[in-house]
Order: sequence, then structure tokens, then C-alpha cells
Amino acid sequence: MAKLHVSTTINGEPMEFLCEPNDTMLDALRGPLGLTGSKEGCASGDCGACSILLDDRLVCSCLMLSAEAQGHEIRTIEGMAHGEKLHPLQQKFLEMAALQCGICTSGMLVASDALLKKNPQPSEEEVRFWLAGNLCRCTGYDKIVRAVLETAQDMREARN
Amino acid sequence: MNVITNNKWIGQRTIRPDGVDKVTGRAAFAADTTMPGMIWGKILRSPHPHARIKSIDTSKALALPGVKAVVTARDIVDFPVDKSVMLGIQDMRWMCRNVMAREKALFPGHPVAAVAATTEAIAAKACELIEVDYEVLPWAIEIDDALKADAPILHEFNKFEGKPSNIAGKLEVKKGDIAQGFKEAEVVIERTFTTRPVHQGYIEPHACLISVAADNKTTIWSSSQGQFMVRAMTSYLTGIPQSDIRAIPAEIGGGFGGKTIVYLEPLATLLAKKSGRPVKMVMTREEVMRATGPTSGSKSTVKIGAKKDGTIVAAQGTFYLQAGALPGSPIRGAVGCSFSPYDIPNVLSVGYDVLSNRSKVAAYRAPGAPIGAFAVECVMDELASALKMDPLELRLKNAARQGTKAAHGPVFPRIGYVETLEAAKAHPHYAAPLGKLQGRGVASGFWFNAGGESSAQVNITEDGNVVVTTGHPDIGGSRAAIANVCAELLGIDYRRVSVLIGDTATVGFSNLTGGSRVLFASAMVVTQSTEKVITTLRERAAKIWEIDPEAVKWENGAAHPASPNAGQFEPLTLAELAAKAPQMGGPIGAGVQLNTEGAEGGFGTHICDVEVDVELGIVRVIRYTAVQDVGRAVHPGYVEGQMQGGVAQGIGWALNEEYIYNRDGKVDNPGFLDYRMPVCSDLPMLDTVMVQVPNPKHPQGVKGVGEVPLVPVMAAVANAVHNALGKRFYSLPMSPPKVLATLEAEG
Repeated sequence: MAKLHVSTTINGEPMEFLCEPNDTMLDALRGPLGLTGSKEGCASGDCGACSILLDDRLVCSCLMLSAEAQGHEIRTIEGMAHGEKLHPLQQKFLEMAALQCGICTSGMLVASDALLKKNPQPSEEEVRFWLAGNLCRCTGYDKIVRAVLETAQDMREARN
Repeated sequence: MNVITNNKWIGQRTIRPDGVDKVTGRAAFAADTTMPGMIWGKILRSPHPHARIKSIDTSKALALPGVKAVVTARDIVDFPVDKSVMLGIQDMRWMCRNVMAREKALFPGHPVAAVAATTEAIAAKACELIEVDYEVLPWAIEIDDALKADAPILHEFNKFEGKPSNIAGKLEVKKGDIAQGFKEAEVVIERTFTTRPVHQGYIEPHACLISVAADNKTTIWSSSQGQFMVRAMTSYLTGIPQSDIRAIPAEIGGGFGGKTIVYLEPLATLLAKKSGRPVKMVMTREEVMRATGPTSGSKSTVKIGAKKDGTIVAAQGTFYLQAGALPGSPIRGAVGCSFSPYDIPNVLSVGYDVLSNRSKVAAYRAPGAPIGAFAVECVMDELASALKMDPLELRLKNAARQGTKAAHGPVFPRIGYVETLEAAKAHPHYAAPLGKLQGRGVASGFWFNAGGESSAQVNITEDGNVVVTTGHPDIGGSRAAIANVCAELLGIDYRRVSVLIGDTATVGFSNLTGGSRVLFASAMVVTQSTEKVITTLRERAAKIWEIDPEAVKWENGAAHPASPNAGQFEPLTLAELAAKAPQMGGPIGAGVQLNTEGAEGGFGTHICDVEVDVELGIVRVIRYTAVQDVGRAVHPGYVEGQMQGGVAQGIGWALNEEYIYNRDGKVDNPGFLDYRMPVCSDLPMLDTVMVQVPNPKHPQGVKGVGEVPLVPVMAAVANAVHNALGKRFYSLPMSPPKVLATLEAEG
């Protein structure tokens, strides 16, 4: 069976790759595209460690076929910082110790970024329910939720 | 030396050295690497809970194009069952049978063969082509089934009291005269409790990438809680000498004890050796849930007797813990830790290691201790109620203090348990009003903590900065704390200190990351290494100034004359001394290797509020405060993180997590959807109070902090549920179906 040829945009760059029809987007990212920041914790859409943005929509890349990337825009953790400048969420996670082992961190950051783009002023409850699809076994979520809320406030203040 | 006050970096919330890599996706975890020519390994697993393996025919698999190697138990070094070979707390007799079924398959998911092929799909296809002739045997999953007189025996060689048995071991701890103690008691409470096995739940599945050259030189890339453990176990199980194996620690995506043993590395090594190609193996989540960890399920009976004034005079505990299919449940933790928070004159604590057809248990955060504490701390709650005493007052009245002889042996030095009780009592949480269907519970916990072997190297770079290498995988921020310690001693900015985890070829032997030992032990060897470096720096300055080294002091990152008598010299900074190193005697660096001692036990006291939704049977934790004696919080952010993480795991254990077995003896919920760990919307903020009673035997006062916070949680939640409903749950988890059934039974 011949491989499929996919043309897509990843983190703003035009990219092409070959894949099997049943490969997931996560397979393509971690395999031919060499973007291993997205992690596979479950391959069933339950842990969120593979979270990416598909045309600004938050998805689990393990639940998306890689061929579906054709003609769409994908954003991954690797595209979150601008060169040497970390995204405010990344910086806040570091300052507030909102990560321990770090395996969920990529997905947490991508999901949190998606939240703040949709809702720049989330309540604690909104943050908790938005991130309910991103499992973390180390932190008990406390510092993650606080980091997202503080970043939201910082970003609002920076805009005003 | 006790560096407690006026610290510049110890106690600061610095940015962790590995942080930027982890927030940008650059950090390399076990499954994130590849090698040229790499192929893929897959495991064929037993579908049966218990079956004799009569034969294995791998010929069809080997004939499949793309298949490069197949291994079975025959390829693994055999350790006969009649001779124990210990590596740490693991017996290689059981490890060799756990990584690959030998005489029998002992649980569904037990590896039976492994295949390496050019693609994952071909390797999976080849597994299907392996023909295994099984003689299916009767099986036992639960403790009661395994202990019946006619129970299927997992191992004929395992005898208890002279007969083949599923009891693989017994441990007893005794103090005083238990019978006399209960005679003196005026109030006695005795209850029986059960807990379910729960998985460590690390988000990163086990994975490795291994190459073996024709001369046996082996490179292992994997994530584990100990690269030296990986090297030793792989060596034992493959026969390749340790000196030929280089085990490189990948970043580890959670372990909680579950990565203190190997599953894949010996198989991938043998596949790589046979095929001549690097082999990568990555478990699926389903494989993780079926075949790794968890911790034991348990059945415990605890009896505590007290005088009417609340003085506890006797305590007895009997703890049956599931080992899974091979011996080795953490009875030591249950037996040894359960009564340790209390000064009790008469104690009898007995544990039994029970075999059954489940995956072999692995360590899980304070192994055994949370199981025992659940029973003891619930009985303490009932005792307080029977005595009409505040539960914290009852604990205070009986609290272990300096000089108390613990039932498991040691006489406690200066400990901070009383301080945790007092801090909990004084906390606003303890006095906050409660609403309808809400309840509050408290519980305490103890963990031994550990020292052991550690190595470190501290090197000064040519530009006057610092590289520290230690031998412990960093599972929750230990590198950040090490940077704080080294920067403090050298008097330089912490950002000038890089902290790395060495591989087995580049740093000296270090025991694995576990037992809450890492910062205790590594701060000790890093402190001594740094002090040696400072001695060298002072000697260099003395040589340049042509004065006695004793007349030079090290302060704020530079050598200074110790007093006006020593002479008038401009300070020599670390950078200046590093630049002069070639002319002044060569490179500056020092390493220290120690078997560290003086790790003192840790105590915590927790307050939990719950609200019960009686329509849905959902117990919701609405407020939580964890108080712990942490010794010295070298990096408070990651100490709090340990406490919060332990609490979250305990809430999962208390309320939801369990394996559902079907009639075929197989797990029906081997994934994150149905094995329900706490998600973000399940939890409130988790408040922490760090009581700091420094460990006098440690240069920075460090005590282990990682395991204590899981110990009290299940009892704190259960006591809160009791307070809310007036109904006590003696079995975990307190999941919605169980809560509803209980409420309905009550009408």
C-alpha cells in the first residue's frame, strides 16, 4: 500500500510528510516530522499529553489521522515560544513550579494557551474544567491552575 | 553545620535547571529518541491468569519477512527458585520470572515471548504467529480466594508453615506485652478494612532504546528511577557484565516507585543482541495497566485500646497485602509505619505477603504505609469519638516525640510530628464552618525515609562556572534543589550552576530514586564535593598570595584574606581562580561517594473536607490542608509540589481508583478512561503547611518529603466522609456505586 502524501502547515511553516492511512497525527509528529514534544500517554484521548491546535481548535493528536492535516494549520508545543522568548505561560510554569516530571507539560501548556485565547479571564472553575482532559499525576494540579490564572491576569494587564 | 538562616539560595523558588527544556518540548523522555538502523520490539502476553506453558513455537514468527529476532524465557538467565539472589530489595528469582513467564504464565499480560522486527506492525503481526501451548489452570485474584484451603497454588515451591501456600512471607514487629496491654485498656476498637490495588499512574509508559555491539558493549536509553538499577538488572538477566553496559537515564515521565524495576530493558537487550540492530520498545497504556505495578490490595484488621483519659495502651495490626504473582509485597511499610506516629507501650504488628494471579506489585510512594495508615487512622478516629475527644487532641496526647521508641525499632531523635499536629489544630481550616452533607476528617502518617549510596562530581569550568553531576534520576525537581545547595555553598548565583544526571559510565554508583532519599543523599555528597572544591580554591588563592591556606576564607564567590593579619589582597573570584587553574595545579573539581546515613523519618498530618452528593453518590473533596515536617525546604516550590501530588494520588486511591476484574480473571479497565485518576476538575486547591524541624544529621537539615504526603490521605478522606454522613466506609474506593449502595441500604 502506497503511503499518503500530506501538505500542511506546522507552527507556521509549510511542511510535507508521508504517512500510512491509519497513522495518527501524533505518529506523524513524533515520527517523520521529528516533533517529539507532543507525548503519547494513552493513545486513546484520555490524557491530553499529545494536545495540539488544529486551526486553533484544541485536539488530541492521537485521535486525529495524520492525513487530516492536509491543508490545515497545526500548532504544537515546539511553536509556542518565539525564538528565545518564552510564551508567558511557559515562563509562569517555570516560576511557579507548575511541573514536576514534565511529561504532561507540553499538553498542559498547549491546552492552557488555547483556553486563554478563547477566554482571557477564566475563573478557577473554568480553568479546571478546560484542563480536565489533561492528566497530571505529579502536581495535584494546584500550581498549574494558579499559573494559568496568574498568566491570564498578567496578559490582561499587559494589554491594558 | 546547619545552614538554616541568612541563606541566599537555600529556600528560594529558583528556576529548575531542566525547566526550559520541559516547557518547550525539547526534553528527551524514554520514547523520544531514535538510532540509525533501529527496529521495533513487541511483547506477546499471556491471555490467561494462570497457565502452564507446555511449549512455544516461534518458527512461523521467525519466518515472517521483516522479523529479526525472537526471545523467550530460554534466552533469559535462569535463577533457580531454591536460591535467593538479592539486588536491593528485589530477588532475581522473581525478576527473571516477571520479565518473562518461565514455567507458568501467572497473570493476564505476563510476557511469554518478544519479537523484534523492522516495523511495529510486523512485530505485532509476528507476535500473533507465535504458537503457545497452554495448560490453563485454576486461578485466584482476591486475597480471600488465594487463602482458601483449596485455593489454586501459584508456586508449589512456596511453603508456609510446612505446606504449599500462597503466603510468601510473614513479618512481625513486637513491643511490650500485647495481651497485658489490652487488659489495661478501658476502650477497645477493632475493625477490618480492605483497600484495592492502585496503579502508580505515571503518564509516561515504560520505554527503552537499546543497542548491543558484536563485542557485547551495550547502550541502554530508558527512563527509570535508577540507571544503576537498570544496568544491574539487565546484567543479571542477560549475562552481559555490568562493565559492558552503559545505562543512560532519559528524562522520566513519572515513576512514584513504579519505575524501580525493569520490564523491557532485558528483553530489548536480548533482541538487540540477537538481531544486531538497535531495538526500541514502548509499552501501550494497556500494557502498563495490565502488566506493571500496581501497589497491593489489602485486608487489614486493627485493634487499639486506650484508657478513658485517651492514653493508648495497646495496638495490634494484621495486614494481608497482595504481592501479585511473585513474592514481594510491601509488608514492611504497613507493619513498620502504621503505629509509628504514636508512643504506645504494647504493639503487635504482623504482615503477610499474599500471592495471587495479578501483576507483580511494584513500589508505590511509601510502599505499604498508606495501606496500614488507612486502617490505623480510621480506628483512631473511632477511638476519639468513643472517648469524646477531639481527634487531633487524641493524637497529641499519644504523639511520638524525641526519645519515643518506635515499635519497628528506632528511638526517635528530634522529630516534628507534634509540630504538625499543633499546626493543623491552629490552622483556620480546622475551625472553618461546614455546610450540609459536608464533613471534616483528619489523619496522620509516617514514612521511614532513606539514605544509602550516592555519588556526585562538582567541576569548575574554565570560565568559572559550575557543573554538578549526580547519579539520581530527577523525578520532581531535585536538580533545582541541588543547584540551590551548591550555589549557596559557593556564594554564587544559582544560574551559574548546571546540574546534570550522569549515566552509569560517567558518575559513580548511586542507588535509585526512591524512599524519599534523593535530596537527602545527593545534597550530602554535593555538599562534601563542593566543600572540597572550596578547599582547593582557598589553596590556590593562598599560593597566589603566598600565605597559608588557613589564612584564606571563601565568601560571596571569592577568596578573601581571612583577617587583616593575613595581609591585604584584592579578592580572587571563582572566575579568576578558574582562569589561573592551568598554572596553579590544574583543573578544579571534586567528587564524593558515600553510603549516606542519618535519614530520619517524616511525619504529616492532614485535614480534609468533603461534600457528598447523595443523589449521585459522588464524594467531592472541597478543601484540603496537608501539614508536614519537611526538615528543610531547600526549594519550597517542589516540596509543596511533592505534598500536593501525594494528596492528589491519595484522593484517587480513596475515591475512585480500582481495577475491575471480569469473570475470566482479566482487568476490564486497563486505560485512563475507566481507571479513573483525579482530573483537574475533581480537586480543590491543595493547601500545604511546611513545618521545618531540621534534620540534625544533614548539612542542610533535609528530610525526605516525597512519600509522607500519600500516607494519611485515604483515612483523612474516609474520616471526613464519616463526619459528613455518619457512616463509615471500611473498604476503598468510596466510589459512587459503593456510596449509593450504602446510602440505599441505610434507606
